[in-house]
Amino acid sequence: MELVSGGAPRHRRAPLTPGRVLIHLVMIAASVACVVPLLLILAASITDEDVLANDGYRLIPRVVSFAAYQFILVLDPDQIVHSYGVSAFVTFVGSSCGLLVMAMLGYAISRRDFRYRNMLAFYVFFTMLFNGGLVPFYIVVTQYLHLNDSIGALILPYLVIPFFVLLLRTYFAALPRELIEAAKIDGASEWRTFFQVVVPLSTPSLATVGLFCLLLYWNDLWLSLLFIDSKALFSLQYLLWHTINAIQTIEAASQTSGFRPPLQTVRMAMAVFAIGPVLFAFLFVQKYFIRGITLGGLKG
Amino acid sequence: MGEVGSSIGRSVSPRPLRAQAPSRARERRADLLLAVGEIRHELEKNGALMLMALPGVILLLLFAYLPMPGIILAFKDYNFSKGLLGSDWVGLQNFMFLFGSGAAWRLIRNTLVLNSLFIVTTLIVSLALALLLHEIYDHFVTRIYQSILFFPHFISFVIVGYFTFGFLNADNGFLNSILAARGLPTIDWYATPAYWPAILTSVNLWRSAGYFTIIYLAGILGILPEYYEAARIDGANRWQEAWYITLAMIRPLIIINVLLAIGRIFFANFDLVFNVTRDNGLLFTTTDVIDTYVYRSLRTLGNYNLATAAGAFQATVGFLLVLLSNALVRRIDQDQALF
Repeated sequence: MELVSGGAPRHRRAPLTPGRVLIHLVMIAASVACVVPLLLILAASITDEDVLANDGYRLIPRVVSFAAYQFILVLDPDQIVHSYGVSAFVTFVGSSCGLLVMAMLGYAISRRDFRYRNMLAFYVFFTMLFNGGLVPFYIVVTQYLHLNDSIGALILPYLVIPFFVLLLRTYFAALPRELIEAAKIDGASEWRTFFQVVVPLSTPSLATVGLFCLLLYWNDLWLSLLFIDSKALFSLQYLLWHTINAIQTIEAASQTSGFRPPLQTVRMAMAVFAIGPVLFAFLFVQKYFIRGITLGGLKG
Repeated sequence: MGEVGSSIGRSVSPRPLRAQAPSRARERRADLLLAVGEIRHELEKNGALMLMALPGVILLLLFAYLPMPGIILAFKDYNFSKGLLGSDWVGLQNFMFLFGSGAAWRLIRNTLVLNSLFIVTTLIVSLALALLLHEIYDHFVTRIYQSILFFPHFISFVIVGYFTFGFLNADNGFLNSILAARGLPTIDWYATPAYWPAILTSVNLWRSAGYFTIIYLAGILGILPEYYEAARIDGANRWQEAWYITLAMIRPLIIINVLLAIGRIFFANFDLVFNVTRDNGLLFTTTDVIDTYVYRSLRTLGNYNLATAAGAFQATVGFLLVLLSNALVRRIDQDQALF
């Protein structure tokens, strides 16, 4: 268990003092606070629309109804499935390419015998300090790179995140030099050394950064807000954002006409679809995230 | 190399010419080959490593360095057809508009106030949780708490916007239905700016506390048990242990994290503010930060000039602050600094 401190472990069985009970109560309260907002969304998604409108959002639905899910899955699944696809594609391609690019970059910077190492380090890390602002970035991407309203705009800008390059560099630098020298003595080229010696040894840090990249791409709204206009390129987050904001006008119109499609519950159901994969992934990867943060991320 | 001299000495011996010449020439050729091999090796190594770095270099060039000179747009009146270079210079006019209209002061105040609140509350809560977790001996239980606390970090801010809507919706939100059930007057949350620093701070706490709890707990677990044993022998109680040992030992870690956060104090969390306030104009007096203003000016209003002025201001002041805070971090612990 990596999180155990060095030195003698505490063997004493914890006595159940009031202080200890209080600590657990506080932690349970904090845990509940973390989970309740999501339960609210789940509860709202399986509530009957009229009951939701009249009685409000509750943690336990008064009248259960799966109409929202029916609406999405049966009547109009196209947009949400399509957006899922866009998000999945962007996330997968972006994370894998980004990880490769950043790993190679971080590795080059980590090699003390690389002649251009310091220059490269400054080149990469200066961008963490200073940028030209949003408008120049926007102008470059839309008018010079012609990426507006394209899938490239959703993938390319995040392929190199200097902070992750820093994490990778730190990890690569900690590998023993003898390994690389041994590979060289055996006649391996730099490429072979990297892919066949260094990478297999670095799976923890590569996994951590890879997971951070996955999270970054999957949850991103920013790039879509800036560059995306056409529905075919709506990511899942962007679709969700549009739904909760555009819904106002539809609601106002429906009140006059008397017809009430399951609007709020549909919104919440869409949110459940968005959280689902994240929750699923979380259960598997939270261990690696925590390990990665404690080992390498103490920089905060 | 000494052999050269000895072979010169031996050149007068009655050996056939072909047999003796190779030893000296062979040595020189061997040295030359070694040198060439080394150069080739250096070239191959440096070339290969440079090639590895190349994709990253190009990407950063396109997305980070190419926009940088664009900061001069803040001093120009941007005209789409004239482009970056052709637009007219207007000196400080954009900045005067920005500061003269009072917008800038509101933005700066909101950004600083919100970020300060975020830093302070996150620090206190995550430290408290880390200290509490440290008291729990069962590591499995600790792991479970940590995971649950960390889970909010995985949720996108769009989803955050959804459940805050569920809480704060004036018509049927969770909070208002509780108020109504008790016979209290309901509050139109999305129309009252005064509540929003507290709301945004709470949401930020929900999302970030778990992350920093992990960091601080990791630091605490690195403290040697001998310190605690010595303190216990001296009769210290739990509180004294926490103050004099735990907090004292992780003080550098705390200071570093706080300094790094202060370095970024001019950069607001756009996703947080934008999604939770839903870009609601009624709330701008307390929630409009530099980032949301720049985004809105650019995408919604099409007012490039104000956007570039605000962005340039933020980038410059932010740069100085990050440099300063990083220099301070370096004084404490060189490894933790960015450079």
